[in-house]
Amino acid sequence: MTYLGFIREHLLTWIVFLPVVGMAVVLFLPKEKAGLIRWTSAFFTLLSFLASLELCWAFDRSEAGLQFVEKMAWIPTFNIHYYVGCDGLSITMILLTTLLSFLCIFASWSIKEGVKGYFLMFLLLEAGMLGVFVSLDFFLFYVFWELMLLPMYFLIGIWGGPKKEYAAIKFFLYTLFGSVLMLVVMLAFYFYSEPHTFDLLELARPQILKIKDLNIFGIALTIVEFRRVLFILLFIGFAIKVPIFPFHTWLPLAHVEAPTPVSVILAGVLLKMGAYGLLRISFPILPQETYWFSYALALLGLVNIIYGAFCAMAQITLPQDRGGNDWKKLIAYSSINHMGYVLLGMAVFTTEGINGAVFQMFNHGLTTAMLFLLVGVVYDRVHHRKLDGFGGLGVQVPIYTGLVALASFASLGLPGLSSFISEALVFLGSFKVYPSITILATLGIVINAAFFLWALQKIFLGPLNAQYKNLAEVNFRELFTLVPLSVLILFFGVYPMPVLNLMKATLDRLLTLLQAA
Amino acid sequence: MESLSLNLALYSPEIILSITLGFVLIVQMISQSRLFTFLTALVGLMVSAGATLAIKSFSPQFFFANQLSHDPFSLFFKLFFIIATFFTFLFSYRSYEIDEERGAEFYLLTLAVTIGMCTLVASINLLTLYLSLELVSIVSYALAGFRKEHPASNEAAIKYLLYGAFASGTMLWGLSLLYGFTGSLNIYSINATLSTASLNPLALYSMVLMVLFGFGFKITSVPFHMWAPDVYHGAPTPTAAFFTVAPKAAGFAIFIRFFYSVFANNSGLPDQWITLPHVDWAFLMAILSAVTMTLGNLSALWQKNAKRMLAYSSIAHAGYMLMGFIVLSKEGLVSILFYLVVYFFMNFGAFFVVGLLANKTKNEDISGFKGLGWTSPLVAFSMAVFLFSLTGIPPFAGFIGKVYLFSALVQKEIYWLLVVAILNTVISLYYYTYIVREMFLVKPVNSDKALVLSPLHVFTLILLVIPTFIFGLYWEPLFKYVSNSLQFIVIP
Repeated sequence: MTYLGFIREHLLTWIVFLPVVGMAVVLFLPKEKAGLIRWTSAFFTLLSFLASLELCWAFDRSEAGLQFVEKMAWIPTFNIHYYVGCDGLSITMILLTTLLSFLCIFASWSIKEGVKGYFLMFLLLEAGMLGVFVSLDFFLFYVFWELMLLPMYFLIGIWGGPKKEYAAIKFFLYTLFGSVLMLVVMLAFYFYSEPHTFDLLELARPQILKIKDLNIFGIALTIVEFRRVLFILLFIGFAIKVPIFPFHTWLPLAHVEAPTPVSVILAGVLLKMGAYGLLRISFPILPQETYWFSYALALLGLVNIIYGAFCAMAQITLPQDRGGNDWKKLIAYSSINHMGYVLLGMAVFTTEGINGAVFQMFNHGLTTAMLFLLVGVVYDRVHHRKLDGFGGLGVQVPIYTGLVALASFASLGLPGLSSFISEALVFLGSFKVYPSITILATLGIVINAAFFLWALQKIFLGPLNAQYKNLAEVNFRELFTLVPLSVLILFFGVYPMPVLNLMKATLDRLLTLLQAA
Repeated sequence: MESLSLNLALYSPEIILSITLGFVLIVQMISQSRLFTFLTALVGLMVSAGATLAIKSFSPQFFFANQLSHDPFSLFFKLFFIIATFFTFLFSYRSYEIDEERGAEFYLLTLAVTIGMCTLVASINLLTLYLSLELVSIVSYALAGFRKEHPASNEAAIKYLLYGAFASGTMLWGLSLLYGFTGSLNIYSINATLSTASLNPLALYSMVLMVLFGFGFKITSVPFHMWAPDVYHGAPTPTAAFFTVAPKAAGFAIFIRFFYSVFANNSGLPDQWITLPHVDWAFLMAILSAVTMTLGNLSALWQKNAKRMLAYSSIAHAGYMLMGFIVLSKEGLVSILFYLVVYFFMNFGAFFVVGLLANKTKNEDISGFKGLGWTSPLVAFSMAVFLFSLTGIPPFAGFIGKVYLFSALVQKEIYWLLVVAILNTVISLYYYTYIVREMFLVKPVNSDKALVLSPLHVFTLILLVIPTFIFGLYWEPLFKYVSNSLQFIVIP
């Protein structure tokens, strides 16, 4: 029992580093044994997932602060700590990450080339993502944040589609640009705090940041302005990851070119990191600036909602040579739309809004992941994703059709499915504060419904395309990845309390902090 | 006479290097064996490194009639040069650019440069300083032209010679003006006179600029960098790797010692300096730093030859390191020293991989990297580590080096330079990943074979990769060591 006790005491460390252990094991497997490599990776991601379930089980839902905290000195001369912990905000993201990573291992069965390298990178990616969600030291956070970029670059660049090289470098350049801005803010926080610290909780205490007036080449910045500049720099860093409107151009490209499991991770987990970063770092440390920026944030959310929806719609109306007619791109743009709801919910500082926003992050992870998996299923069989290249598949592959319909309905926010709850919460929260923006944002829902239904119609209804008379139904392995997600979507659509309970206490406290500002 | 033996003891690393230099020749003549010569050189370096560590116990002092200074700062750099030379020798072993029978010559010349550098970093007298700088320079010209049959190598040598002669001539003029104005050759006395006597600011400024010419040439700062790409490109790859690391570090060392002792004074606060009145060279260097990194990175973007690309990248890195130079604080200088150490591993490593590949393809074109990740994963993986580290991405050492440089700027609130630096980081990612792309994203042609590596090469590669990792994850001991090494101002 002492072993179990040891594991429990360092549960978060285990969750983060089990994939790394998996990497070490895979590294020593011969590269010809593809099956062994796959199952080993599956085993270690499963362990990590089980550990996160244990975390969820032991998690005290009434506690708003951090739990499972581990703190060790790492670099004493620079006051950097290995400092991890989890609260209601991060636990949902940890669960999402471990679940999706585990399922994606099975969606990676179709990778045939460079199997060993692929799984090494995939495990590293998982460790990086989990590390971001548990870090409470800004430096540690930054290291994990950047650590993700490397495997992602290789995963898109090596195993991606036709324009993979361009997509990979664009993703890398954009996100690195965002990160270095974050690095500047990180160092500024460190040197302006008394005593110097990277500890995110310490930094969030009022009066700890002693920011002074600044004069750069005759441009005088007062304390207030300088703090706002810091907020904006940090915001851009996170906005690129979300992505928020003018910084979004890497996303459609990266999502479309990446292999299916990587698209799932990109949409399911990576996009959440931007919003998570805002909630974990920007909001608590710079609350007044957050308040100052909130209207702009709501507007940006609105732009994301409308712009993303129209871009997705364009996939149906535009021909292929003008960049349209791609099912995967449609889903990618719908992600931009969905992240808009998250932003809107975060910007209003109401209980409903912020709970809706975080729940929407979680739900978007489930539904979009499922949609990408489903596109992958058909792509593996027919090797194209043209929306008008199918037709009538409903007769041929009924189970598949049912699953796609479920995921699409969930994504467009049909009552009874999980996204409905979160979107409704967001709108409830935001209507009180910005009624006009909320009304315009509901327009996004309508367009959302339009393009998802239109896409369903084009692919599954009408006469069966003769080419696909022998199209095979989803197989057991694919069902194994899809069914858990569908069950969760249905379950949380009816009874969302398990997730909402997890995060409520923490978000309430964050809200009090913001309302005080 | 006890003081003579003490002086000799303090000078022992250089003396051992000189003896090694002689032994290399003798062993080569007697044994005619490349292996023995090689081993002699390595053993000599190890003994010299041991001596450097051993004399650490002597208290800091001046020796040889106040010509040289024995302090942690010079010891740090001596050790640095000896290790760099050691790796250069490992690198040169079986390199296609160093002829079998001319191995001894190569060791001899490189060791002579090392002796020069070791003396240079310790000198506190203008005469010694100039002489040792010339020893470094003149032997370097010969090293650059080592591939006699190769036109690019000849071009490199002659270019290096012309530029170098001009640079050291200008610097010598500056030094003689300094002597003329102050009547002293000792840098501390010069400083004392400069800070009390009121000199014509114009005269002072011109002296600073002239001296800067000489040092700027060594560290390849813009606008004194023109020679660097051609020389690094033309010189044999092991030498190029050596040039981008060791003489550059020597340049930085003496640059720091000279400018912080002569043209700056302690500001009254511990570990903070101020420039002499009317001569704001810190601001001037800040501009040079911004220009150097930008120009280096932008030029590197267009290169199709890996060696040339790394040459430009090494110019950019000089620009990064200058950021630590302009903040006039101990933190800034420590960050330079720290960066030099990690820069050594990653830059040397990148050159090493280019050299390994060139042994097979006989040129250094980036297209030669195609599919390397699939044919020789170990080499390609190491190269990727070095390149990402050069970009400054965690968890590699280059990132930590950059963090320290950046934090020195943040501390002094020099944000404009910081913005330039982070934009440069993003630009540099593009060309570093270009090689990564060729290695991994491009599939090999069927005829491509794996690189054949000798165990020594694998060993060297691992010796370079591991620190690049370790110092990215746990750098506390290195930082402490570097921090303690920064004691060079000994009041006479």
